[in-house]
Amino acid sequence: MEISMVVDTKGLACPMPIVKAKKAMSGLNAGQIMQVLSTDKGAVNDFTAWVKQTGHELVRHEEDGGVYAFYVRKV
Amino acid sequence: MEANKKTTIVLFSGDYDKAMAAFIIANGAAAYDHDVTIFFTFWGLNTLRKDGSAPTNKGMLERMFGWMMPRGANKLGLSKMHMAGMGPKMIKHVIRKHNALTLPQLIELAQEQGVKLVACTMTMDLLGLRREELIEDLELGGVATYLGEASDGNVNLFI
Repeated sequence: MEISMVVDTKGLACPMPIVKAKKAMSGLNAGQIMQVLSTDKGAVNDFTAWVKQTGHELVRHEEDGGVYAFYVRKV
Repeated sequence: MEANKKTTIVLFSGDYDKAMAAFIIANGAAAYDHDVTIFFTFWGLNTLRKDGSAPTNKGMLERMFGWMMPRGANKLGLSKMHMAGMGPKMIKHVIRKHNALTLPQLIELAQEQGVKLVACTMTMDLLGLRREELIEDLELGGVATYLGEASDGNVNLFI
């Protein structure tokens, strides 16, 4: 999986992770994948909902030692 | 492309915590690609006040209101545990500790994200607040403006 952009929101509180993800998304072309990193415990619910509403695709997400990584493909 | 969804918030309260909740939702909604409008009425208007001094051509009552109400977002009190001003100091401390945004930062972020701020003119008159006492980049309106936006709002909140 080729990642075009990494958005690091580790340590940032709500609403910054999705605000940063949204800003980064506007700089991507359709089909490109962005990786978003977050340490917010609500991140799984937040990103699942945000990706669904904004019409993009959540390719997968994983958690490692309290850091969540989301891979979002721009539609 | 279909039109964006819409979020409207009425900010009636002039408490730091409630205004914070309103601006977090507004910023989140903007990140959801919603068109977002916040209407400020009654005590909520104090969120928009500038720090500086007010125009001098005011009547006695208007001046008294001006003295008694907080000048701007950073001066708002808490709705609970205000403790004569200790509460806001404590909350600002924990905001920094948790890397969250303060209310002035949330307002700036909202403006950057294109959130529309509308001040209610009727309550501006009641509280004696003049346009020049409020921050730039806001619009003036009344209930019709609000209903116009809220009628096709997907999320409409009163805080």
